[in-house]
Amino acid sequence: MTTLNDLTIAVPRGALFEDTVDMLARLGLDTDELRSNERKLLFEDIGVITMRPSDVPTYVEAGAADLGITGKDNLLEQAGQRPGEPGREVYELLDLGFGRCTMVLASRAGPDPALESLRRLGVMRVATKYPRIAARYFEESGRQAEIVEVKGSVELAPLSGIAEAIVDLTATGATLRENDLIVREEIAVCTARLIANPVAHKLKAHSIDRLLDAVRQLPAAGVA
Amino acid sequence: MIHRIPSGTRDVLPEETREVRAITDTLRQVFERHDYGEVYTPALEYESVLLRADMAEAGPAYRVFDETGAVLALRSDMTVPIARVVTTRYAASEPPLRFCYFAHCYRGVRPQRGQARELLQAGIELIGSPAPDGTAEALTVLCHALDAVGLRGYRIGLGDASLFPALMSSLQVHEPARAGMLEALARRDFVGLETQLTETGLPDDDAALLLEVPQRRGGPEVLSDAPPQAVEAVTGMRRVLELLDASVAERVIFDLGLVRNIGYYTGAVFEVYDPALGTPIGGGGRYDELLGRFGRKLPAVGWALGVDRLHIALAGEERGTGALLARSDSQVAQGLS
Repeated sequence: MTTLNDLTIAVPRGALFEDTVDMLARLGLDTDELRSNERKLLFEDIGVITMRPSDVPTYVEAGAADLGITGKDNLLEQAGQRPGEPGREVYELLDLGFGRCTMVLASRAGPDPALESLRRLGVMRVATKYPRIAARYFEESGRQAEIVEVKGSVELAPLSGIAEAIVDLTATGATLRENDLIVREEIAVCTARLIANPVAHKLKAHSIDRLLDAVRQLPAAGVA
Repeated sequence: MIHRIPSGTRDVLPEETREVRAITDTLRQVFERHDYGEVYTPALEYESVLLRADMAEAGPAYRVFDETGAVLALRSDMTVPIARVVTTRYAASEPPLRFCYFAHCYRGVRPQRGQARELLQAGIELIGSPAPDGTAEALTVLCHALDAVGLRGYRIGLGDASLFPALMSSLQVHEPARAGMLEALARRDFVGLETQLTETGLPDDDAALLLEVPQRRGGPEVLSDAPPQAVEAVTGMRRVLELLDASVAERVIFDLGLVRNIGYYTGAVFEVYDPALGTPIGGGGRYDELLGRFGRKLPAVGWALGVDRLHIALAGEERGTGALLARSDSQVAQGLS
């Protein structure tokens, strides 16, 4: 297996980029330009398009890419909220193992201010970039929460008093510690996933299966 | 003044209507040629009637009260209303019965390209004709309809709704694990399926089979390589294949993992794919127990096409663009070692 054949693959910029490109390189793809040109988005000659990880399910669902790599956090955030509610129409084919992070509920060290708020005010305020995961988690655990959606630096919210807790993704916990936050609950472990467009999965079955086999046979470095 | 319309609905103006009408007129001719009679039914039905069908997540999404306090629901497909028509209006008629329709249906979906909350469906229902003959007839009409409107690159995925449950039964997978695995498959989540298989503590070979079989899809070789536990479904698919003309058979992709998100399917299920669109254009299958729930036990099969999706795919093929068409093999072939 040294080619992607007729496949187009959506590659996430950001934290998953290096591991993803390493994997593509080990599959035999010429990734030099992909690594060196950060501004370019479309690499037609190798069948790669790059985008932010949360956009990967969108492009794959629409068929603009046959395959894509994105974090489980994005798939969970874009999934249906309750049974029957449709989420992204994509196949989740493989757990790639890399990009391992944990979705956690964290609050300031010391007596848990979120618990106090829940006890005295009946609700806790939770800041997050993942409002749907957070809402679903509190609903399933029978607690009332006010979700405060922020786009960046979630750690700031409990420090500045707009929320008692945060729901966020953490790899090493360093950022949490630096901001005096400790993990109270672990919600989900998230790794990189290989996803596929449902029509491509049927019409390009042979190419996709060959790629899957090749990925599965890669030496264990990073691939579960 | 700008006055809004609900999310997932839209106005269709004359130029688009003309193109859509050309498609539906052509489809209607094909349906009539195959002796399928066109029916209209009310968009609003009693909720209790629609709920007899167990449609899982594709069931009715919009409800209102009438003046007596009864709950009415907007139909989410035409199969269930036609099942009602057959059992109430054709209670004593000699099967088989053939119906076709062009009707708006209403679903609580997340609106996206070709996926509206109010969608125009064109389809047929063949009542009282069992497998494999009825299935083969439905697939034949489907191909004739798509050929007639000029869709070129389409394929029809053919699977069997009973295959995976039968596989689980033969490998002694019991509730609640069964429901979880079936749900993972319906969500197209093979990673989730694998996780659940590991947790159930099945023997490695059995777990591998349950993970791998639903990922098999392709030509007739898929049927000959199928495991013995799937023999019933696979034999059914082979019998259907034997009845198809070559021009229809060459369109079929056998898919051992095909699951439709509608609860009433019992046997063969199918979906229509075209490289110009990233989502299926339509689909259908056998629903041999649905009519019984309405009081007249008759085997049945049917399918529906999303007319908007068909229109998008036709336009995409015409332009040579669209989801999976935009990228030719040669573009990708360079630069690969």
